[in-house]
Order: sequence, then C-alpha cells, then structure tokens
Amino acid sequence: MSDQTPASPPAGATATTPPADEHRRIEAAAAEEGETRSGFVRFMSSPFGRNLGLILALLVLCAVGAFTAGDRFVDTDNMVTILRFASIIGVVSIGMTFVIIGGGIDLSVGAIVALSSVWATTLATQTMAEDTHWLLMVFVACAVGVGCGLVNGILIAYGGMAPFIATLAMFAAARGLAEIISEKRTQLVDVRGLVDTINGEFLGIPVLVWIFAAVSTIGWVLLNRTTFGRRTIAVGGNATAARLAGIAVKRHTVLLYVVLGLACGIAGIMLTARTGTGSGTHGQLYELDAIAAVVIGGTLLTGGRGTIVGTIIGVLIFTTLTNVFTLNNLDSSTQAVAKGAIIVIAVLLQQRVSVRSADSS
Amino acid sequence: MSDPLLQMSGIVKAFPGVRALDGVDLEVRAGEVHCLLGQNGAGKSTLIKVLSGAHQPDEGEIRWQGEEIRLTTPLSAMKHGIATIYQELDLVDGLTVAENIYLGHELSSAGFAHRGETQKQAAALLARLGHSEISPRRELGTLSAAGKQVVSMARALSHDVKLIIMDEPSAVLDQEEVARLFKVIRDLQSEGVAVVYISHRLEEIRQVGDRVTVLKDGRTVATGLPARDTPTRELTRLMTGRDIEYVFPPRVSRDGDGTVVLSVENLASGRAFSGVDFEVRAGEIVGLAGLVGSGRSEILETIYGARRATAGTVTVDGKQLRNGRVRAAVGAGVGLCPEERKSQGLLLDEAVYRNVSLATMGRFSRGGFINRGSEKRAASEHVKSLDVRPTGVERAVRTLSGGNQQKVVLARWLLRECRVLLLDEPTRGVDVGARSEIYALVRRLADEGVAVVLVSSEVPEVLGLADRVLVLREGVVVHTGPADDIDEHRVLDLVMEGSAA
Repeated sequence: MSDQTPASPPAGATATTPPADEHRRIEAAAAEEGETRSGFVRFMSSPFGRNLGLILALLVLCAVGAFTAGDRFVDTDNMVTILRFASIIGVVSIGMTFVIIGGGIDLSVGAIVALSSVWATTLATQTMAEDTHWLLMVFVACAVGVGCGLVNGILIAYGGMAPFIATLAMFAAARGLAEIISEKRTQLVDVRGLVDTINGEFLGIPVLVWIFAAVSTIGWVLLNRTTFGRRTIAVGGNATAARLAGIAVKRHTVLLYVVLGLACGIAGIMLTARTGTGSGTHGQLYELDAIAAVVIGGTLLTGGRGTIVGTIIGVLIFTTLTNVFTLNNLDSSTQAVAKGAIIVIAVLLQQRVSVRSADSS
Repeated sequence: MSDPLLQMSGIVKAFPGVRALDGVDLEVRAGEVHCLLGQNGAGKSTLIKVLSGAHQPDEGEIRWQGEEIRLTTPLSAMKHGIATIYQELDLVDGLTVAENIYLGHELSSAGFAHRGETQKQAAALLARLGHSEISPRRELGTLSAAGKQVVSMARALSHDVKLIIMDEPSAVLDQEEVARLFKVIRDLQSEGVAVVYISHRLEEIRQVGDRVTVLKDGRTVATGLPARDTPTRELTRLMTGRDIEYVFPPRVSRDGDGTVVLSVENLASGRAFSGVDFEVRAGEIVGLAGLVGSGRSEILETIYGARRATAGTVTVDGKQLRNGRVRAAVGAGVGLCPEERKSQGLLLDEAVYRNVSLATMGRFSRGGFINRGSEKRAASEHVKSLDVRPTGVERAVRTLSGGNQQKVVLARWLLRECRVLLLDEPTRGVDVGARSEIYALVRRLADEGVAVVLVSSEVPEVLGLADRVLVLREGVVVHTGPADDIDEHRVLDLVMEGSAA
C-alpha cells in the first residue's frame, strides 16, 4: 500500500500531508486486534468449533448414559433405537433449519405432519381400498406438506403476515382439518407395503434412519453448495441487501416454507409407517422440539447463520437424553425439565461466544 | 457571568480507522442559543453523543458550571440537566403523551402510577411550551412529527434541565411549526435554559441563534461568532476550507462522445421529488448535490426500482425499465451502492467473496450448484484489483474498515459488469486516507464505459469527482451544469438558501 501514497499533493492542494499513514496504522492495528483476539474464542465461534462443542456435549451425555445404565445404553440395538427415534423429528428439524436461517419461524410443523399422515391414510383406507400402492401414499403426504408450506409462504411473503402469526393459524387449522378428515379416529394402515418398506430395515439399519440420513445429506448440500442455500443465508442475514442485490426475496421466502412443508410431509409418512396409523394427534409438540434442536445446533433465531450438522447434533442430544432418562426409569416430566435446562445452557453459551467475537471485530 | 454553563475543550474521539473528533472546543453560556454548524462528517453527531453521555471521549475535558464532570451514561447527562432531542424521536407510540413525558421517572408510589398527578404535571409542562392544545391523555402515535417534538421537549423539561440539544429539529417541521418552535426556544431562553441548536439552514440560525461554533473535519475552526451578522460567505468558507485536500482523479474530456446509457425523463416519486430529467453517457459521472431530504437518495432509489415512481420513465440502453422492480434494473445492468452500506448493502458475517458474488451467483452455478472454485477466483480477481485490505476473501466483511467494505460493494457490481452504477454516499464512514482510492476507482469504472450517478452530501466530493452536477433543493433540480463551472460556495448557497448570495 505504501507505493500508493501520494508522494506530493497535487497543485492547488492547500495542504498538509494527508493523514494516510495514520489511517493505515489505525487500520493495521484494528486488523491485528482481530487476529490476536483469543484464538480459543475465534475457534469456538467458527461453525466447526461450535459443532465441536456440541459433539462434546453429546459425548458427555453418552458418558452419563454409559455410567448410569451400563450395557443397556452401550449396545448396538440401543444406538439404533436412538437414531430411529431421532429420524422423524430430525427430518422436520432439517427443514426448520432452512426456514430459521432464512429469518422465519414455523409453528405449524406438527400439525402439518398430522394432516399429511391422516390424508395419506384416508386415501388408502377409503378411496381406493386395497389397490392403493404405498408410493401413492408417500406422494400424497408430500403433496399435502408442500401445499401447507405454500400457503404459509404466500401468506408471509406476499400477504405481509408475521411468520409467527401465519404459521400459528396453520398450526390450528391443519390439525383441525386432520381431525375433520379422520373424524377424530385413529386410522389403521392396511397397506402392508408402506409399513414393510418404510418401517423395515435395509442393510440392518432401519429405513427411517436411512431417510433421515438422506434428507440430512440433501439438506447439507442444498445449504452449502447451491445458490438456494446462499440466497437463504442472504435473505435471513440482510433482506434489504439481498433485495438490492437483485435476489427475489419474496419468492425465496415462499420456497423456504415449501421446503419445510415437504420435510413435514416426509416426516408424516414416516410416522404413519412407524405407528401403522394416521391420526390427527400425530406430531404433537414437534414445532417446539424442532425449533429447540435447531437453536441448540447454533442456528441464529434472527436468521442468517446456521448449520445442518449443528441441527443433527441438536436432535441427537435430545433423543439421547430421552433414551438415558428412559433407561434410568425417570419419568417424562423430569426429562422436560432437563430439556429446558439444556436449551437455556446451550443458548447462553452460544451468545457468550458470538458476543465476544462480534465485539472484537 | 463567571463560569460558562458548559465548557468542552480538546475533545478527541476516535473510532477504528477514523478520528471523528480531533480536538473540539465548545463553550455554551446559560440562556443562549448556541448554533453548531458543519458539513456532514464534521463531527456534529459525535459531539452530541459525547455530550449526551452516549459516547466517552478519548481525551479532553468537560466542565459543567465550572466543575469537571464525566458523562458516563445518558442517565448521568440527564442528571446534570443535559437533555437531547434526537432527530429520530425516542418516544413510545403506544403510550399516552403524559406517560411518555414521565417515561423512566414515573410519578408513582410502590409501583402504582399516579395517573392524575402525572397528567396534571404533563399538562403544565405542555402549557409552558405554549402547546396546551395537546392533551396529556392522547396516544402519542396519533400526533404529528411536530407534536411529538413538543412532547420530547416537555420530557426534557420534566427533568430539571439547563441545556437542551436539538439535532436538526426543523427537518420534520413545516414553516408555521418552525415559527412555533422558535417561540418555545425563546421562552426557554428567558427562563435561563441554554440550547445547542444544530441545523443546516442558515436562515434559521440567523433567526434564532445567538452565537455560532463551526466544526470541520472533527475540529473547532471558529467559535463564538455572532449568529445574526456573520456573513454567509464567511460561514461557508469556514465550513469548507480544508486542511486535507482530497485527491481527485483528472477528468478525461469526452465532449458527448459516449452513447447515452441512462436516461431519466420527468421522473417523480410522491412528495420526495418531481420533474427530474437527465441523461448519463457511457464514461460520464453525474453528481447530485443537495441536503438530506432534498430528494437525492430517493432519485437513486427510484431509478433502481427500490421505490415506485409516480411519474416519468427510466431508460437504460434504450430499454425502459419496469417501474418499482429492482430485479428489472439489475437485469438491465444497473448497480447500486446504497447509502447505509452495512444495513442495506452487506452480509456482515459472511465472507468477502460471498458478498462480492451476491448479485452474480447464477454465473458460477449449474443447475443450482455453485462452482466455488471459479466463484472465488473471480471474486478475488476483483478484490485484488480494488486493493481491498486486508487481503483474503474468506474473511468476514465485518472485520474490514469502512473504505474496504465500500470496495467490496463496488467489486460486486464490477463483477457483474454493470452498465450504470448508482453511488449513494460512497465515502460515508470512509476515512480520509482511503477516500482518494475510492475516487480513483469510480473514475476508472467510468473510463471503462460505465455511466455513474453519484450522490453525496459532501459538496467538494460531487464537484471534484463528477463531470456534470445537478443541484437539488426540496425535490426540484435548481441547477444543472458542468462541475467545472460551479464552486462550493455557490452550491451551498443554492442548497441552503435557494438564492444567489
């Protein structure tokens, strides 16, 4: 930069030396400060560091499990059970990660899961009776999810409604519709193909877990390697800047809720297959579990930053916690208290780290 | 009078990369209206923030009624009797007038508000300000901007205030309201309250002020000037004469040889501006000069489609742009470097290269998948050619200085190879050393055939950089001509008083 310093002021300049050197000095000092700030804080506030912290938390939880429940916890079957329980809420959480990074929130995911499961089973039990191919049920569940997501997205992006309110309305309406369709009854699925395939195993691992893995992989690629993911971060991080850079912010917002709706549809069919039923009461409190997992995973609730890996670990932490508690015969109320504590601790820690890294920049 | 009410001396306040205040002196006597003059970036707002306790000075001394004090928080300033009425009023729309006035020091016992007493006292304060027509029970949100300002002043008076700072109070008022404001100021004055009055409008300063202090580049250049009879020329000279001369790149004479790229015809947008006509040729820089609120930024926003035009057309390369569509403008090759770089232009926590490629992502992707290698290469090329420092495109934009952040926004449009570049305050928050680099860059872009429209509240910048200048006053173009034919004083006269002084 020094070779660019004007050697002499041009003719007509009244002046003294431009304080360019000084400015460079200050700038260099500022940059240096940025470099030398605590390496640990820097590392922990990088996406990798944050995820590492989460993995440590998960390992601690596993250690507690191994210590208190011994072989009943440290057992391949038990591990598979944990993953199996994580899979359905996991798929919803992956979708939720996109919406939250994009600056939104969705309270209606549990209701959409219920509606898609009911719709798919109604189709199978009533309309076409035994001839229904299970893939048609999958398609219907996904279509219902996409439809709900589309309504949410349009209300939010083009109707100008706050995401909280629009999805609160969907939360009430979708579950109500599910109850109307099912006449408040639990519908048994007699399409064996669905239960056998989706609730079955492949290479010794439940298909549910495979689906979770596939959705996670697709989610990771979508977020980190595509223009869609980049735009999601831009829209959530600074919607004005995104708009002024020529990004179609409204259209993208709709797409985000559609992606989450699709995830809910997939989760709906997974839940139908696992329980062998479609019911208007499926997916209760999924919205809270999914949001909690995403937030614990280090995604900012204000949008613009988050990771898929963090969400996966967030889901696993919750499921493992439930497992450890169940193995130790502790009731669900105690679990709920522990979950609450974990959310608070995780968010406080993350705020510490992000505040410190923002201060030093 | 022995000690002045307030004496600030040698105040220094530095922010990373820039010294906002570099030795400011200010002396205010009890019961006077002391005007603060200075161009944008001269340090007025920072000085107010120091005085209201929002910023701590790095050096210097503040004496209040003869005693040295430290204003560590806004509350401590308030306790000493210093109140600030901000441009953006800090009131709560959902509360009543009376509740707003006593917000933070409610009249209450054991947590129960004394509503009757509060309303009575609020009514007394409003009457003292000559605005007894405002009911203390009214919800604040239903008042006009002028009404809110009165409430803000009543709030100041509800503390035992000795000094009120008013930051451009007339910006939101019409003429009649300004007259009432001045009456209030005189009443306050007769009660011994001092006022620090900030305004760009010289006529107001002459009407209401006693003495004037002029700031320039963070320093006090003149103090204690009589407000009524210091000649305008003298004031503008003080405001403009500079220690630091910016280095502007030489103009290339190209008498209308470029083709017209951008043409704006009879453009208007609501009450912001109307009847704006101009053309920009390839390689030409056209500057818009005017005060805040003169419509200059709004013109850029309208061209860009971020604001709807209520009349007129914008044409780029012969094709008319769809009204109110940013994407149409971007698609036609228009780029904007917005006024509020951080809130409107950048993803602060994202890497430099991602900010650069934000408007060009499609070029580096196939079927939605981004080829990050080629994206990063292209971004680094531009980042390097603009000399963004520190180098390294993986770094979060937040860690860069203002000047380098601006270069990142410029690089975005460079990468897009835009035809028209709209620059709104390109050097705001950019310190003096880095400015010349930005100027050289803008000129280089023009030389490469880009049509540039420049908006700046710093007149020398517009005059030094642009080929042609449009001067705006209250939404109307009052002067058009080559930048060589007009000087800073004349522009200031045009924008401040609307007459040739």
